[in-house]
Amino acid sequence: MALEKSHKLLIGLGVAAALLIGKLFVIQLVDDKYKINASNNSMLYDIIYPTRGVIYDRRGNILVGNKVAYDILVTPKEVQAFDTLMLADILNVEPDFIREKMAEYARNKRRIGYQSMVMIKQMPAETYMQFAEVQYKFPGFKGQVRSIRDYPFNAGGNLLGYVTEVDQDYLRRHPGEYRPGDYAGKTGIEAAREKELRGEKGYHIYLRNSHGQIEASYQDGEFDKEAVPGKDIITTIDADLQHYGQVLMQNKVGSVVAIEPKTGEILALVSSPGIDVDKLAEINKYYNQLVQDPYRPMNNRAVQGFYPPGSVFKLVNGLIGLQEGTLQSGSLFPCAHGYTLGDHRPGCHGHKSPINLDEAIMMSCNSYFTFALRDILESPKYADIGEAMDHWNAYVQSFGFGHKLGSDFPSETGGSIPSAKTYNRLYGKGWWKFPTIKSISIGQGEVTVTPMQIANLAATVANRGWYIIPHIVKESEGVEIEDKFKERQYTLVDTTQFKKVIHGMWMAVNGGPGSGGTATSVAVAGLDICGKTGTAQNPRGADNSVFICFAPKDNPKIAVAAYIENAGFGATWAAPIASLLVEKYLTGETNRPAMEQRILDGNLMSRVKKD
Amino acid sequence: MDTTFSRRSMRQSYDWWLVAFYLLLVFFGWINIYAAIHASEPASIIDWSTRSGKQMVWILTAFGLAGLILFLIPAKLWEGASIPLYAFVLVLLVAVIFLGVEVKGSRSWFAFGPVRFQPAEISKISTSLMLAFIMSRTNFKISDIKHFLLMGAVIAVPMLVIVAESETGSALVYVGFIFMLYREGLSGWFLVLIGMAILLFILTLTASPYVSILTLIGVLTFCNMLQSGRLLRWAGTCGLYILIMALLPWGLRTLAGALIPGAAFVQAEDPFVAETVLHASSWSFLLKINPLYILLGTSALFLPWYAWRSYREKNSFMSLSLVAFIAGVALVFSTQIIFEKVLQDHQRKRIEVLLGMKEDPSGVGYNVAQSMIAIGSGGLTGKGYLQGTQTSFGFVPEQSTDFIFCTVGEEWGFLGCVFVILLYVLMIWRIIHDAEHSRAHFTRIYGYCVACCLFMHLFINIGMTIGLMPVIGIPLPLMSYGGSSLWAFTVLIFIFIALDHEERKYF
Repeated sequence: MALEKSHKLLIGLGVAAALLIGKLFVIQLVDDKYKINASNNSMLYDIIYPTRGVIYDRRGNILVGNKVAYDILVTPKEVQAFDTLMLADILNVEPDFIREKMAEYARNKRRIGYQSMVMIKQMPAETYMQFAEVQYKFPGFKGQVRSIRDYPFNAGGNLLGYVTEVDQDYLRRHPGEYRPGDYAGKTGIEAAREKELRGEKGYHIYLRNSHGQIEASYQDGEFDKEAVPGKDIITTIDADLQHYGQVLMQNKVGSVVAIEPKTGEILALVSSPGIDVDKLAEINKYYNQLVQDPYRPMNNRAVQGFYPPGSVFKLVNGLIGLQEGTLQSGSLFPCAHGYTLGDHRPGCHGHKSPINLDEAIMMSCNSYFTFALRDILESPKYADIGEAMDHWNAYVQSFGFGHKLGSDFPSETGGSIPSAKTYNRLYGKGWWKFPTIKSISIGQGEVTVTPMQIANLAATVANRGWYIIPHIVKESEGVEIEDKFKERQYTLVDTTQFKKVIHGMWMAVNGGPGSGGTATSVAVAGLDICGKTGTAQNPRGADNSVFICFAPKDNPKIAVAAYIENAGFGATWAAPIASLLVEKYLTGETNRPAMEQRILDGNLMSRVKKD
Repeated sequence: MDTTFSRRSMRQSYDWWLVAFYLLLVFFGWINIYAAIHASEPASIIDWSTRSGKQMVWILTAFGLAGLILFLIPAKLWEGASIPLYAFVLVLLVAVIFLGVEVKGSRSWFAFGPVRFQPAEISKISTSLMLAFIMSRTNFKISDIKHFLLMGAVIAVPMLVIVAESETGSALVYVGFIFMLYREGLSGWFLVLIGMAILLFILTLTASPYVSILTLIGVLTFCNMLQSGRLLRWAGTCGLYILIMALLPWGLRTLAGALIPGAAFVQAEDPFVAETVLHASSWSFLLKINPLYILLGTSALFLPWYAWRSYREKNSFMSLSLVAFIAGVALVFSTQIIFEKVLQDHQRKRIEVLLGMKEDPSGVGYNVAQSMIAIGSGGLTGKGYLQGTQTSFGFVPEQSTDFIFCTVGEEWGFLGCVFVILLYVLMIWRIIHDAEHSRAHFTRIYGYCVACCLFMHLFINIGMTIGLMPVIGIPLPLMSYGGSSLWAFTVLIFIFIALDHEERKYF
């Protein structure tokens, strides 16, 4: 061998050393990247927080504003001996709280270094003023202005959403947009419009010397950046109506959604019980309490709850039958207190027989719509019930059911509408027939919907066949809304078919006592409310009370859905609540004090089974 | 006569060069520990409550140990003490798993009141002595399989126990003994083999199994031809094959792109679109071909031919490369499993960050990023002693222990770094030089062991601070803060100086 092994090893040693020195050469002498980063470390960016955008209702009332609060900052390195009792008294905290905090800072002395720590968050301005007067006695302590949310109107915590400090998970999902300690909207409008509301942070740049103390403004502030305030958001909400909805829904579990049919704009959206706006500003303090509440106030039932729609779904089946030609408005079906095919007899209310479509809607006849759906699914047009089922599914989807509507609520869910696949999975292919699945004809069984979806159904019928995706933000300067919130979504049912069911809905409310109409008690003279009641089975206790309506009959201005859990007949609770909202919106006041008082006094909380 | 006497007295002396390098490193380490902590613990460098003060205590006691080894303990004792010492340390290594205290997730520390020590540190010494003892027996032959296995066990047993203590970094140092084995007769191909295994592992993770196996074929056939001196033939056959295979994936894609309308959509991975496109074209099978199978299939065709030739030519190198090929393919396919199942989470993350597979500036990557910023900001001459902003304000974690080199880099600059690295290189070179000049095999082998340990610590630690190696928590010898490590390296080095002193007496 030409070289001894020891020499080869020495050459190897030299190569390894050259490798280390080479890399050092690159990072220390060639690449500037590391020097720039080092100056970042020794430049101090003092963040300027922008004020968050204000949220308005459709008439210019402030729903969410800002108010000033103060954080108390401590720079432990600069603190000198001080009178703990006096400071605690001024700041309105326990002396032990201050002692514990100072002990904690002392323990983390090395990590903290010259940084300032937030000792007390969001102190009211009055307290801060007292502190400011004697601040000179407490070196190392200072106040920092911070704007926090203010809620002049009770528009409902679920609708507005709350703002909290971002957590690790949030930071990871929004890389580069936030820093620890920033605030962001987490739910409702605050989350949906976070990008506009938050504004842009600015900063002052200061230089630190080698001991970490701030020396001067960097380049006389030439590179400082001003904060850009967040954009204001104008919502589609009517603050008065929203507030009235909140009041009516007190002590009841459920939702109310009101939509302007022509525009798809949400006028009111109540989820009850909800988060009280008083708790929103300090959500962290109440967070555990809210999460542990058995009534789940954090859950926005209006867009997240999925329920059986009950009889309001009969409208959809009727319309599909009309479009398919299997049902005419004059079609007569018998009702012998229930459809008698198969083992089960869904019960029905006592009324005359046989009846036509108008009467069936007005009286909400179960067997009529069971026959109607049977004729659709067993239509000779289709090879088998599976094919018919899938066509039915497509019709129902076109009404906005079975999938997310696509509203601007990020947490929205879609409910479910069965298809042939659903039943093939449940029963096996060829092992199910119409009697197996007939409960879907009256909105039970595998059909689930959100309250917003049935409100949208009311709007769709009001518009005679189309809807605009419900949304909550109006277009304004600097705030755009997606095109889908301006486009009409047509159902697969021709517009001409709709007037055939609308008369039944009008009769249900305005048929007069003794007509058999299911909601005659909520008729208001001159308003021409058209409605449909529903009483949906709830496996957890009493039936759910459901009502959808729109008014006036011609050129409708408002469509409302009310869904009250475990409240019984649709006409008892849901219909009065919805009709009061309609009356309030259309006339500006309500003239039915007895009914209003009964609703306000009604407490249905004990009927609801808690988790 | 006169000259003989003076040379004799020189030789009788100790290797003062080594002692000088040792003192310089220890002193430089000490003042840098002070620089790393002075901002957060402002005090005098000899204040006993701070790390620099404590390190001074460790240094002074280490000097005492060194004196003990040089002047009181007879150097001949070490050879005889090898077996009992090795056994004793092994017992300590196992005992610490059950009796030790947990520090940062590993059970490798004994605690006696405020004093803690790590048996893994002294295990370097006992293993080195044991290796030197076994391999210096007159009948020892590295090519004898029994001897080879015994020697392997001497290294592997403490190494595995240390892995069981979750001190993977310390265990990695033992891999360095391979250089000593190489000096003592192990074939150089073993080094190539280990290097190749590491390369395949990295290539599979960062590129693909395809690239990995292609590289494996290239290197193996090239080595074979190099061995038999048929370079031109290699270029004509294997080289051509590799070139074709290298172009295969690209060729398949291009062909599919030309023949299948909308093939680009398939790459978009929308399953629905992909289905539709694939059903529409009779060429769609092109997209389903995995070039890896073609590569494996064709290369497998050559295997029997190679096996027959190596048998006919009695070419053991060729048959070994066949085994190496199969082992290499097995490694490539098990890489993902090793990476995801065998390695622990934090180890996987460190490798991912090093190989640039994942950006992680706030987690694991933070240490390395901050460390490179600190070193990089030092420039040519550094910011001056105690003037560093990065290391002294706690931007760099573990700044006085594993990341002490950052302080050197920031405050003493490129020149300081080169100075430190040169000191280590000179020390290792000096140890190898002395080892080569000693008559006793025991001294020579022990010297190489010391050199290997120093080298591994040096390369892994500094490599880690500048982003050449994954984050492996082992100290920089003699410079990092900590008594265990300083004492262990002091004993390790001074035993060699004592043995070397013994050698010089005979001339």
